[in-house]
Amino acid sequence: MPASGPAIAFERVAKVYADGTAAVDDVSLTVAPGSLVALVGASGSGKSTLLKTINRLVVPSAGRVTLDGVDVADGPPPALRRRIGYVFQEVGLFPHLSVAENVGLPLRVAGRRDDDRVAAMLDLVDLPAALATRLPAELSGGQRQRVGVARALVTGPRLLLMDEPFGALDPVTREALMESVARLHRTLALTTVMVTHDMAEALLAADRVLVMERGRVVADETPAALLAGAGGERAAALVAVPRAQAERLATLARRGGA
Amino acid sequence: MSEALARVPALAAQHLLLALAALLLALALALPLGLLAARRRRLGAAVLGFASLVQTIPSLALLALFYPALLWLSALVGGGIPALGFLPALLALTLYALLPIVRNLVTGLAGIDRALLTAADGIGMTAAQKLRWVEAPLVLPVAMAGVRTAAVWTIGAATLSTTVGQPSLGDLIFAGLQTQAWTLVVAGCVGAAALALAVDSLLGFAERAAGQRQWRRMAAALALLVAAGAAASAPLWRGGGGERAVVVGAKNFSEQYILARLIGARLERAGYSVTYRDGLGSAVAFGAVASGAVDVYVDYAGTLWTGTMTRRDTPPRARLVAELARWTERSRGVTLLGALGFENAYAFAMRGADARARGIASLDDLVAAAPGLRLGADLEFLDRPEWAAIRAAYPLRFAAATPYSPTFMYRALASGRADVISAFSSDGRIAAEHLTVLSDPRGAIPSYDAVLLLAPIRRGDARFRAALAPLVGRIPVAAMRTANYLVDRDADKKSPEEAAAWLADKVGLTE
Repeated sequence: MPASGPAIAFERVAKVYADGTAAVDDVSLTVAPGSLVALVGASGSGKSTLLKTINRLVVPSAGRVTLDGVDVADGPPPALRRRIGYVFQEVGLFPHLSVAENVGLPLRVAGRRDDDRVAAMLDLVDLPAALATRLPAELSGGQRQRVGVARALVTGPRLLLMDEPFGALDPVTREALMESVARLHRTLALTTVMVTHDMAEALLAADRVLVMERGRVVADETPAALLAGAGGERAAALVAVPRAQAERLATLARRGGA
Repeated sequence: MSEALARVPALAAQHLLLALAALLLALALALPLGLLAARRRRLGAAVLGFASLVQTIPSLALLALFYPALLWLSALVGGGIPALGFLPALLALTLYALLPIVRNLVTGLAGIDRALLTAADGIGMTAAQKLRWVEAPLVLPVAMAGVRTAAVWTIGAATLSTTVGQPSLGDLIFAGLQTQAWTLVVAGCVGAAALALAVDSLLGFAERAAGQRQWRRMAAALALLVAAGAAASAPLWRGGGGERAVVVGAKNFSEQYILARLIGARLERAGYSVTYRDGLGSAVAFGAVASGAVDVYVDYAGTLWTGTMTRRDTPPRARLVAELARWTERSRGVTLLGALGFENAYAFAMRGADARARGIASLDDLVAAAPGLRLGADLEFLDRPEWAAIRAAYPLRFAAATPYSPTFMYRALASGRADVISAFSSDGRIAAEHLTVLSDPRGAIPSYDAVLLLAPIRRGDARFRAALAPLVGRIPVAAMRTANYLVDRDADKKSPEEAAAWLADKVGLTE
């Protein structure tokens, strides 16, 4: 078992955009090494902005973010980002590069080349080796997102950030990918922070759920605690949706069986 | 005609060299400018605005503007910057080629999917890596389209470099237009079009190869282009050793072409190798001889008197020429070797029958009739000081005043689109078309003796002067008119070379 990923600490982090909107409002919290944390909230709640302060795609207006006690603002952003896997909804595969070249790009960026490593990464995300020479346009949405995950992990980062990674996929593909990511999180002993607007996904995959509203963290609970009613009004409203769906499905299943 | 057509390969080579050089220079400027403009929005707007503004300047005017600009710059740094020839043509064409390249670069960069840039940042690319691995390959097709547009424009506009004394396929077009030798015009156009198509398809080939990431094929296409440029520049490297060829200048009308050939033939017989620089704008010709870009050409006393010396008085012929000679020598080191013997003055002309019917014989008579008449002028006359001087002496107000190229000016008079034209007194068409030349009783028009002007470097060249001295005082206006008409007439047209040979024979200069 490899040593687990870094601990993350947000210390009074705030982000106010030039137009005056406060996307993140005075957030302080820590993420334990090796945990899989889900940031849940509606659009505009600030969850994505908070995530991006970790790899400095967003520079906070106040406060600081540390990884294992080291401020992410120390040193140039490229060096920081090379140590962090990043997956986001649009995937961002380079259309002029093949699948293998896309996956190998972070290695090239760091001045390395390792074809075996690239092949192993494709295998790790359950992509057939035959796809290696294809261009992104020739892949399905799910395959593309698997390439995105492989690319994020190819340099062996200890920290994985995912920003609504599977939001644009069909439910079946999405479920399969989420399972893959949860498995990778465990086997690679990563620290993973995932942004999602889907509470069901968060409850099923994460070991800790942060609910955000208007730039603030309004609930910080385990999935079990949330299901048991902890976390307050906003969290309860978000949990109610998948719970009600599950109950209706269970009822339907009983009737069908009767 | 075939003599002129034989110049096509050499002119095409110079044309290609100029266009490729301008394109390369534009690329070198546009790449950093485009990248900067894409990153800083306000600067981008300014750069694109400037480039668009340059595009709205007609290319002919842009070329012409570089002449005074370079003269001024040369004076500023104490001389040494050529204001005519390759440099102004190169600079103007470069400016012209900038817009499509910069615009496509900025548009292409702005059109890159934001997600890809976020992905590049997320991977930890530095700005340079992002440019090399993401932005450059993605922007290439759009940028290349801009380069191809610029290439076609530049090759087309390079035909106009003839007017600033840089040989190009435009030499054929201008010469053909003035002497109504349409084969030459077609040869120049087809040549330029063929060059443009060839360069465009090579660039297109390179672009497709790059798109398919076949770097060898792309390199081969670009190498072919570079090789063509190198081949075109070969004559420049070859001529290093021997004596520099004498450049005989000519403005853009038949008489000038003929006299240039007459001068050239005599210099060749004296042992010089001769090249011609045809189609010089009236305003740049004197500057060309003063700077040494042209060794010798023929100008007209009155033109320099009013235009360059900005004199408004009209002394008698001999005194005007003598004063002009002193002035060119003292101010620019240009030797006025002598007058050829004939005048080519501005002369108002009307259809003979029309003039008789209206009872008009002089400019005084014209004043009363002018409001019902239309004036046709050559391209520069209406802006020349002579026209201002004439109107000061005779209050002429025409119903309309339209500039034409000289050939079409005579056509306009013949067809009735114009009733009066600013003709040239040595023009063969005056007699051939039975025109009446109106007299100038108030002496508003200065005398226009044709004079031989020598560049400062030829002042002490005794062999050069001896070769040309026999021309002085030798050419009567009647002989010049006939020679002009040999070239200008529609039937049994002669080339300027043939007309020059005829003229030499006629005035007894063939020894």
